[in-house]
Amino acid sequence: MIDLDFQIVQQLGYIFSAMLFIYGLKMLSKEDTAARGNLVSSTGMFLAVLVTIVEIINPLLVISAIVLGGLIGSIFALKVKMTSIPEMVALFNGFGGLSSFFLAWSEFNNLTTSSLIMLITYATVIIGGVTFSGSVIAFLKLSEMFKGGNNFLNQASRWFLIFSLIFIAIAALQIVVSSLGIYSFNFEIIQQVFIALLIISILSGLAFVVPIGGGDMPVVISLLNSLSGIAAASAGILLTNTALIVAGCLVGASGLVLTLIMAKSMNRTLYNIFFVGYESSGSSSAEIDGEIKPISAEDAYLVVESARSALIVPGYGMAVAQAQHVVKELGDLLEENGCEVSFGIHPVAGRMPGHMNVLLAEANVSYDNLLEPKDINPKMDTVDIAIVIGANDVVNPSATEEPGSPIYGMPILEVHRAKTVMVLKRSMASGFAGVQNPLFFKENSRMLFGDAKESISKLVAEFKD
Amino acid sequence: MEIFLLLFFILVLAIFLGLELISKIPSTLHTPLMSGANAISGITLVGALSLDTGSNIQMILAFCAITFASINVFGGYLVTNRMLRMFKKK
Repeated sequence: MIDLDFQIVQQLGYIFSAMLFIYGLKMLSKEDTAARGNLVSSTGMFLAVLVTIVEIINPLLVISAIVLGGLIGSIFALKVKMTSIPEMVALFNGFGGLSSFFLAWSEFNNLTTSSLIMLITYATVIIGGVTFSGSVIAFLKLSEMFKGGNNFLNQASRWFLIFSLIFIAIAALQIVVSSLGIYSFNFEIIQQVFIALLIISILSGLAFVVPIGGGDMPVVISLLNSLSGIAAASAGILLTNTALIVAGCLVGASGLVLTLIMAKSMNRTLYNIFFVGYESSGSSSAEIDGEIKPISAEDAYLVVESARSALIVPGYGMAVAQAQHVVKELGDLLEENGCEVSFGIHPVAGRMPGHMNVLLAEANVSYDNLLEPKDINPKMDTVDIAIVIGANDVVNPSATEEPGSPIYGMPILEVHRAKTVMVLKRSMASGFAGVQNPLFFKENSRMLFGDAKESISKLVAEFKD
Repeated sequence: MEIFLLLFFILVLAIFLGLELISKIPSTLHTPLMSGANAISGITLVGALSLDTGSNIQMILAFCAITFASINVFGGYLVTNRMLRMFKKK
């Protein structure tokens, strides 16, 4: 009777924590309440753990694992630089998936005969494994430790994915056949297939993310985020635990929404991103007229100094150069100079959703100054100078002007319509899409070559003189 | 079997709730939302706590599952909090 009462308390605790997660996520999607939303959601987590931890069998193991994980996680979270947030979120996604992977593996060891429930075990292992190893590759790509595969590796990866799908289908069929009693397999064989499945799911994650380019990382991270939630929900069905199901589904849904927003911002289908890539989706053949007009920092100062309205468009180059603080300083100096300054932020600028927003927030730029393409494009004609800092494809006019271009149709920041465009860039290399950018050749464009941070520091120094 | 149908019912409802909940999100908050949602996916911790630890291999698996879920929970909430404290309005 006492046992039963406790179960009721536990279930009520899960319901209450689900409410806190839902409310927390809702608050997390508005600027004013976001910080409190995170707190509400963490209270939900605390409650869910609390009502579970009371009845654990092996306190020493549990406490030491929580302390170890908690320490590692906290150190990561407090030490990481804001520019490294994308790779850290990628890695944490992976750990969530890995946890579900181990969880399902452990549950499998409790089984002695085959049943349809094994299908859920399989699903959890596969989703968790793919999330983990896929996230590791995303982490390596984002931290530039792994630049991406060559053609052979990419082809091999795609063939391996097909092989994996066939293997998974056969393994699932085996379970169905033997649990319906149509044909009984030796349980040892099923165990061996399961071990193979563990390995294949890890390898599939690698094969899935290796061929995907760095510029598509915002989509990949969002999808892995979604998968880590789905893995948790799947583990929840396996353990008949409602807290896991509800929380997992919420994460799965929010990750999915972000994935679709990212894909829409690039005007590409998910199929194209994951299985085709830019390299084979056609190439631009149009000749580009005009010439590059490089300018010095001194000349750039004269242009910027006379502007009455400026739009700053940051991209991945700003993140690489860690230039967000000098960019903020430049913005402040321009405003003191009587210039109206705003920031144009493209949803896929950088390597993860909202990457630029985080960096500029770190540099204390007010978020109501950060404008999305749909807000700033109508006013673009009135902008005196657009300063593009290490962004490329998100300001490429081919997307609106050249129907044959691989990026045609992608919503961009139409800076070419500003009176003057100044592009800060390290070299003439093309962006992640591998497409030439006619913006650099336009009549109203000026190129300021060099490291973004150095170039802006020079501009700032000119202002102060 | 009925219990699984009930669980699937909860699953479907929760997905729809999630889609409705997140559909309107300013791009300023994309990163914190993702990292905050990521912390929630550390809910596997709750599942991992109730795993069997009968044999040695199961002890190791449970230990790993709890450790990685804890990294996810602690790291996820802390880093989200760190980010959100930076978001300011003039």
